[in-house]
Amino acid sequence: MSNTHGMTPTNSAIFGGSLRIPGEKAAAKPVVRATWKPRQRWRAFSSKLFFFTSLMATVLAVAALIYLLQSVAEQGLDRVSWSFITSFPSRFPAKAGVKAALWGSAYLTVLTAAISVPIGVGAAIYLEEFAADSKLRRFIDINIANLAGVPSIVYGMLGLMLFVRICHFGRSLLAGAATMSLLILPIIIVASREALKTIPTGIRHAAFGLGATRWQTVRAHVLPSALPGILTGVILSLSRAVGETAPLLMIGALSYMAFVPETPMDAFTVLPIQIFNWTARPQDEFHVTAAAGIIVLLALLLTVNALAIFLRMRYQRKAQW
Amino acid sequence: MVNVGKDQATVFEPSAPYAIEVNDVNVSYGTSRAVLDVSLKIPEHTIVALIGPSGCGKSTLLRSMNRMNDFVSSAKVTGEILFRGSNIYADDADPVLLRRQIGMVFQKPNPFPTSIRKNITWGPGINGFQGDYNKLVESSLRRAALWDEVAGKLGESGLALSGGQQQRLCIARAIAMDPDVILMDEPCSALDPGSTLKIENLLLELKERFTIVIVTHNMQQARRVSDYTAFMYQGELVEFGPTDGVFETPKQELTRDYVSGRFG
Ligand SMILES: Nc1ncnc2c1ncn2[C@@H]1O[C@H](COP(=O)(O)OP(=O)(O)O)[C@@H](O)[C@H]1O
Ligand SMILES: [Mg+2]
Repeated sequence: MSNTHGMTPTNSAIFGGSLRIPGEKAAAKPVVRATWKPRQRWRAFSSKLFFFTSLMATVLAVAALIYLLQSVAEQGLDRVSWSFITSFPSRFPAKAGVKAALWGSAYLTVLTAAISVPIGVGAAIYLEEFAADSKLRRFIDINIANLAGVPSIVYGMLGLMLFVRICHFGRSLLAGAATMSLLILPIIIVASREALKTIPTGIRHAAFGLGATRWQTVRAHVLPSALPGILTGVILSLSRAVGETAPLLMIGALSYMAFVPETPMDAFTVLPIQIFNWTARPQDEFHVTAAAGIIVLLALLLTVNALAIFLRMRYQRKAQW
Repeated sequence: MVNVGKDQATVFEPSAPYAIEVNDVNVSYGTSRAVLDVSLKIPEHTIVALIGPSGCGKSTLLRSMNRMNDFVSSAKVTGEILFRGSNIYADDADPVLLRRQIGMVFQKPNPFPTSIRKNITWGPGINGFQGDYNKLVESSLRRAALWDEVAGKLGESGLALSGGQQQRLCIARAIAMDPDVILMDEPCSALDPGSTLKIENLLLELKERFTIVIVTHNMQQARRVSDYTAFMYQGELVEFGPTDGVFETPKQELTRDYVSGRFG
């Protein structure tokens, strides 16, 4: 055995048995060298293979997106015009527009944000910064994670019962926003908690060590540092709300509306419902109108996401990390 | 090696007044016990070093002195720790007020991700400091031997400083609160020898005004800076006394073995 120098077998295997204690004379006995199989070519090949596979996955995803955008644009781009955005829907495809749906989506988003952001961020701060590590908290943790996976139609049913019927909100914007808030609250809470978790504990301890209360610590140091992450989570979940249809159909958003909602108690419709309504019509001209509606919806989503990026960059600079 | 029981430990009693008195303190994390029946008295305006092999409970004991252990949910402290004569673990004791009077410097420099100036002024600000903030910033930085290096860039981020400068900023931040006691947990372990020397010299000046308890795994450092040394082993206080005595004529065999570098 090569274990002659009192080394452990592992050591001699690693160094191929050629390691000697300094000062010792070259071993008289022939040293048995461990065999190495670097498999250099296989490793280089498998690396290339993986690179190619992941590249293909990306290309496929992007190609599908481009195809979608291209076919929608081909069908509907000509139809998008100022009058399309400023007209109410109509029996005549050529006159139909998205005014009510666009305003409905915008109001719904703002109202949803107003309800869900304070509650969601507040809950995240409580769970992450204040709540003691207890069985109850772990139970809440698991449930919030599970709620994020509940199908949206279930939230629609809950909203119908709770807000439309029990709270007597009727089939209003407020009922829709409350339902959407339920839907995105788990996402906001989870994303905000993740953002809070990335803030080093050293910062909190530094503040506590100066005689700060928990709230002072969170308010002055933890929250500002976590804000970019929280904002990203909030805006991404809001853009999910912009695209949702099922729960709003459930609580009875209108599919034909010839006015813009003015108070939270008014009836409403949103872009995805309007688009769904148009695609369900037999006339081909309405499918063109639907494509145009999709373009408006995508533009709205892109705007919201661009806002997320803008805000994140702005606050990141402010936080001076 | 056998543990010394509490009765066999050699614990010197320095003369009053004391900044902190630790009486029969036990700290456990869940079922594992980290500090066992420790009692010692820390005289005012001295530097007390806590030494011992890693994992022996130095940090745990230190954190129990300003109730930073409150943030470890499994930690449980029994016994009493007197600060200004009253038990900091009494039901009516306010840990927030306590930490305002017993400052802390951590092992890893942890400046706030804000300007150097704001690092100093935030603590006094939330605690209602009424004086001149510009003077406060300058005097704290001067006493932390950092003023000359940062005077022209008080608006820059504390994170842009070197490790040694960051740690001195953290010391300045603690000084700015004008506390009675400053607890330091291996403040030099992440620093280069130059910065370490600066901080050691700084400590000797600071003891005129503050009482300092410093955890260190560096025995030379304990010898250079401290007046009293406490040697801990496996959660127990083995020996506490004037630093020269602990290093030159240790009463306990365990202490002798440790300070002579036989284990650690
Ligand atoms: N937050 C913690 N949770 C559980 N056990 C801990 C925690 N901190 C320290 N301990 C344990 O307590 C003992 C003492 O640790 P510590 O006080 O950090 O020792 P030292 O500072 O002397 O190296 C160790 O056994 C360590 O594993
Ligand atoms: Mg430690």
